[in-house]
Amino acid sequence: LYINRNLAGELGSFFWGKNIKCVCFYRNALLEADINKLGFSSPAARKTGTTICGVVYKDGVVLGADTRATEGMVVADKNCSKIHYISPNIYCCGAGTAADTEMTTQIISSNLELHSLSTGRLPRVTTANRMLKQMLFRYQGYIGAALVLGGVDCNGPHLYSIYPHGSTDKLPYVTMGSGSLAAMAVFEDRYRPNMEEEEAKRLVRDAIAAGIFNDLGSGSNIDLCVITKGKVDYLRPHDMANKKGELIVYFPHRTGSYRYKHGTTGVLTKAVTPLNLEVVEESVQTMDTS
Amino acid sequence: TLEACCSRAWTSCFNSTSIMAVEFEGGVVIGADSRTTTGAYIANRVTDKLTPIHERIFCCRSGSAADTQAIADAVTYQLGFHSIELDEAPLVQTAASLFREMCYRYREELMAGIIVAGWDPRRGGQVYTVPVGGMMTRQPVSVGGSGSSYIYGYVDSNYRAGMSKEECLKFTAEALTLAMERDGSSGGVVRLAVVSEQGVERQVILGNQLPKFSTV
Repeated sequence: LYINRNLAGELGSFFWGKNIKCVCFYRNALLEADINKLGFSSPAARKTGTTICGVVYKDGVVLGADTRATEGMVVADKNCSKIHYISPNIYCCGAGTAADTEMTTQIISSNLELHSLSTGRLPRVTTANRMLKQMLFRYQGYIGAALVLGGVDCNGPHLYSIYPHGSTDKLPYVTMGSGSLAAMAVFEDRYRPNMEEEEAKRLVRDAIAAGIFNDLGSGSNIDLCVITKGKVDYLRPHDMANKKGELIVYFPHRTGSYRYKHGTTGVLTKAVTPLNLEVVEESVQTMDTS
Repeated sequence: TLEACCSRAWTSCFNSTSIMAVEFEGGVVIGADSRTTTGAYIANRVTDKLTPIHERIFCCRSGSAADTQAIADAVTYQLGFHSIELDEAPLVQTAASLFREMCYRYREELMAGIIVAGWDPRRGGQVYTVPVGGMMTRQPVSVGGSGSSYIYGYVDSNYRAGMSKEECLKFTAEALTLAMERDGSSGGVVRLAVVSEQGVERQVILGNQLPKFSTV
């Protein structure tokens, strides 16, 4: 298919401007038009209607996320992982289109590892922020990735929120996703600078819980990631707020055990037929490990 | 289908903004509110819209947050490079020209209203405005953003040439307070900065410390 290389070519080296249209996007639009003519509709992108948040505390950052992934109004994944690895000291929560957040964080993680090997230093959070914002701006918002980036580097703990169009904010506490308003309400009420780790974890847990219970797009469990200088605690799950079958008020158990005891099904007849196998040829191929 | 697929739900915009810059003898005073919105939600209530481009050159950003951040980063790089080549401090006019080049060339794709202000040894304190569309002009006082509509009258009637630094600070703070009062989409705190030969002094005026105008 036709690729808009002439538009991309005219740009100078400094500006990652709106002229580079995402090539795949033209193709998708044409395909969608063809499909619509036949009477079908293209599949809905899987979105993480989500609650993600992060908070800077005394020794580092705490990132939190729910674990529900939705495809339209149906839950596609009840336990998906939204806190992505960027580097040993940097993690990133992703809201928006699930594929976009997954691939974007993987691309930046890979580039950051190469960069870190080149500089010989542990990567900085601001570097990851730059890479992410420049990539998202280049795609003009068509990559639907809204991210909460947090980590600890030589300059201390840092937390950024990154929007799909490429704008970023550096703040002590951030929330993103469809449940962000519920989570932000909790933060605005209880955030204090220089909290202790337990208090920060409780605050993030409560903020995500507010999103889970008050937003239809968020649900299931709460994952936490505590990043400090030299240590990362990836708590998945930190809190299973929605165990199946445990209704809070009415019944103690709703699920039963579906394993049947030996002897439940009576055996009427038994016939055993041994299969005589002849070894015709045996060959060994050694792997070249030199 | 191309436009429909690009969801507008996440555009972080600060068209909802009030920014201002005033020249005085020896430097400039710049000020801005601190609100960034995505639709009706305030994404950041303590935004810093006064961005340093060089040691003594700042820009006030209004319009799309993503566009203005990207432009400011690009101009910061270009100006830094130019300054190293020249081995001297860059001119404010150079910075303004770089902004104008970018804002005019990509005017169809961008939504950015920028005020460039700073001090250089050749011409002292200068304010250049580069509104949406990419024109550039030098003005002794300039206002921008959605809140600016409400304070043109106040600024035109209260500005006098030859004000001192303290008078300019008071003038800017009051003008921005009035804009934030009337413009629903400006608010938060007032961030001020004085850029002069001595360097940069920044201050923040919190909500309860803003000047009061009416008791209604």
